[in-house]
Amino acid sequence: MTQTAIVDDLCNRFGAGTFGRQETGDGIPTVWTTKERAREVLGYLKTEVERPYKMLYDLTAIDERVRRVRQGQSPSDFTVVYHLLSFERNEDLRLKIPLTEQVASLPTITDLWPAANWYEREVWDLFGITFVGHPHLRRILLPPTWQGHPLRKDHPARATEMGRFYLPEDRQETEEAALKFRPEEWGMKRSRETSDFMFLNMGPAHTGTHGILRLVLQLDEERIVDVVPDIGYHHRGAEKMSERQTWHTFIPYTDRIDYLGGVMNELPYVLAVEKLAGIVVPDRAKVIRVMMAEFFRLASHLVWYGTFAQDVGQLSPVFYMFTDRERIFHIVEAICGGRMHPEWFRIGGVAQDLPEGWDKLVREFLNYLPPRLAEYDDLVMRNAIFKARTQGIGRYSTAEAIDWGVTGPGLRATGFEWDFRKQRPYSGYDQFEFDVPIAMHGDCYDRAVVRVEEMRQSLRIIEQCLNHMPEGPYKAEHPLTTPPIKERTMHDIETLIAHFLSVSWGPVIPAGEAFVGIEATKGNNGYYLVSDGTPWPYRVRIRTPSFPHMQMVPLISRGLLLADLLAILGSVDFVLADVDR
Amino acid sequence: MNEVAFRLPIIAGVLVTLLTLSALLIWLERRLLGFWQERYGPNRVGPFGLLQSVADMIKIFMKEDWVPPFADKAVFVIAPAVIIVTVLMSFAVVPFTPSIVVADLNIGLLFFLAMSSLSAYSVVLAGWASNNKYSLLGGLRASAQMLSYEVFMGLSLMGVVMLAGSFNLGDIVEAQRDLWFCIPQILGFIIFLIAGLAETKRIPFDIPEAEAELVAGFHTEYSGMKFGMFFVGEYLGIILISAMITVLFFGGWQGPWLPPAIWFSIKTFLFICLFILLRAALPRLRFDQLMAFGWKVMLPLALVNLTVTGALVLAGHPSK
Repeated sequence: MTQTAIVDDLCNRFGAGTFGRQETGDGIPTVWTTKERAREVLGYLKTEVERPYKMLYDLTAIDERVRRVRQGQSPSDFTVVYHLLSFERNEDLRLKIPLTEQVASLPTITDLWPAANWYEREVWDLFGITFVGHPHLRRILLPPTWQGHPLRKDHPARATEMGRFYLPEDRQETEEAALKFRPEEWGMKRSRETSDFMFLNMGPAHTGTHGILRLVLQLDEERIVDVVPDIGYHHRGAEKMSERQTWHTFIPYTDRIDYLGGVMNELPYVLAVEKLAGIVVPDRAKVIRVMMAEFFRLASHLVWYGTFAQDVGQLSPVFYMFTDRERIFHIVEAICGGRMHPEWFRIGGVAQDLPEGWDKLVREFLNYLPPRLAEYDDLVMRNAIFKARTQGIGRYSTAEAIDWGVTGPGLRATGFEWDFRKQRPYSGYDQFEFDVPIAMHGDCYDRAVVRVEEMRQSLRIIEQCLNHMPEGPYKAEHPLTTPPIKERTMHDIETLIAHFLSVSWGPVIPAGEAFVGIEATKGNNGYYLVSDGTPWPYRVRIRTPSFPHMQMVPLISRGLLLADLLAILGSVDFVLADVDR
Repeated sequence: MNEVAFRLPIIAGVLVTLLTLSALLIWLERRLLGFWQERYGPNRVGPFGLLQSVADMIKIFMKEDWVPPFADKAVFVIAPAVIIVTVLMSFAVVPFTPSIVVADLNIGLLFFLAMSSLSAYSVVLAGWASNNKYSLLGGLRASAQMLSYEVFMGLSLMGVVMLAGSFNLGDIVEAQRDLWFCIPQILGFIIFLIAGLAETKRIPFDIPEAEAELVAGFHTEYSGMKFGMFFVGEYLGIILISAMITVLFFGGWQGPWLPPAIWFSIKTFLFICLFILLRAALPRLRFDQLMAFGWKVMLPLALVNLTVTGALVLAGHPSK
């Protein structure tokens, strides 16, 4: 399904010599160009081209210095990767810029896409690639005092390689001083003619931030003049860790990215690996995956529902919704053995077949939840105070959402119907009947409306899984399926050796690149995998929805009151591990 | 002198009962919230967890009496005392039964209003003295809230005063012998209930605390017994407002068969439960919404109530 029309278009416009083409495992047109042309090409793609690429879906980099298999690619030490998305075409485009170690810099595109701001900071933080003209090119995920750029291949990956850690008093003071907020660094004034501003440090430990998030607020009385989110307190280096794990043993780490999403996180990862390996997953495994993913969508939305109500001061809903979530975990436990992080999807299928009696549990739950949801509508969604607190607060338009990289319910609440499950059905979603709920105003309340309706749609999908669960194997018959099927190992030595290697060493995934994005609980979650033909990934890029969503918070909070900020944070529905990875 | 000697047991009795009740109320609220929220609440200490409050009290007494170095020490210490003192003083005028009342003032209602206004200072002072930005915002919100609800709280009660023809709370109860004021003064009752919620800083008006946004609002820096005093003050406030609703609108101690004290307790208890139920059910307003609600809705309604009641009283008067 290679979509080459856009590449021809680019060659016509800029001359065929400008671009190099690369074949990738996911069929996304991938072109190389020089850093001098990058801005021009990106500007053309965003504004001038027919059916433009309006969203900067992802921006990342690859340290290519020890990569072996690079046929058909421009030589480079570092490669900056722009991943663009066109809604009109329903197509992606990957633009790659080769850089050398000596001149690891290229011009910023923050003026083209506001969303590029944090992405460029992240690339600078983790790779040390400079973006000339960026307004605040400073560390974003790591502490300001960090030495080195961890996603470079020569940076140590574990603490034992880094020497003993000491924190003497003077160093502690330096670290503390480095975290002090200085408004001038952000171009903020400390006062205006009539009054002084208050700078309120909210977090990293605060009751309203849903985790370790620090927000520095510039307040005029209680009115928010500006917000500076300081993220990275939940950064655990998942992308760096992937480079030390086998393809198989990285799966548990994905669970902990959006820690409310459970197996939903594993889905894009295993799908991408399967794309690289060329594994076709049997139907039963697909449907099991869909069912479990939708259960986790429900679980995540229930947590959001309760905490959102709590953010605007309602105490009880969170208890009801956690009770419901407990029921979901009861089912998850019966099927997967785990609860929040079941680590249950495998390359080529799932870990086990469904247990006996699973259908009874699921059926009970399908009867249990809908009346409860109806009750919550009365309790929360139709509550006059709840409406007063959320309607018209934190509004943004579809155009703004696309500009800032917003996906998922936040995008659909602006009246734009875009759901990966419908637009690019994966794992057999095209076989299911469900609606994509939208709302029109793009405010806090509408985001809630969309999610609440999504929960009902998830129930519909689960019901279809229950009624039409196909028979058959739960894992693909493919040599790279992990762990491999053991049946024939006792019959011939070759299969036994292959099995032994695959289990002890891990599968060797063919060299290549693949990206798979899915409609996760909070928006589009995608894994961009680079394989160098080794049993471990060369690079894993995790595109999470919460990262751009968090970046947008200041935009929609300005001019509102402090209490509104809490409603906005609640309605955005982020998970800090999903922001920081 | 005899008068004082006669009053002393009543004063002591009322004090002990109130402080015990407010401690029990903490247990009651947690159990009721647990019941409404599909969980247990405290049920480990003593029968039904009844001794939970005792355990809490012991814990809170044992805590270090800490004043942050950056706080304004004197004011920081006085603030929690203000709330306890003012609320307890208000109870002086509440007629629990025809015979049990600490001070039978002929301006009882005005005294209650004055004390409730003073209690708001506790929050403002605590917020200011803590020298913490969250506390300060909490204190500011409290003063905004005070300005908004004080006005219509007083006005909402004037209808009752007109019907009873007295500021004395005992007289007001007596005046309800035939008809409780909650019927002719239904509007006044609703307005007073809402003002009472704001007075006690309970959801949906717990804006000065607003734990989601302001950590703990005005008492963020407080711990140990000083925090405990705010806590007890809040629960005393709930009892006070419930008692006042009973006295002003639901005939106080009056009722058939049962002794007056029992009637008074039952009615008050029901309103306490209502307050807790509201906390279980409602979200929190924003402070500008509270102010707009107070000035644009509640104040005009209170004035209408006042005018209509006045007109009816005047119209009925000549025929008497």
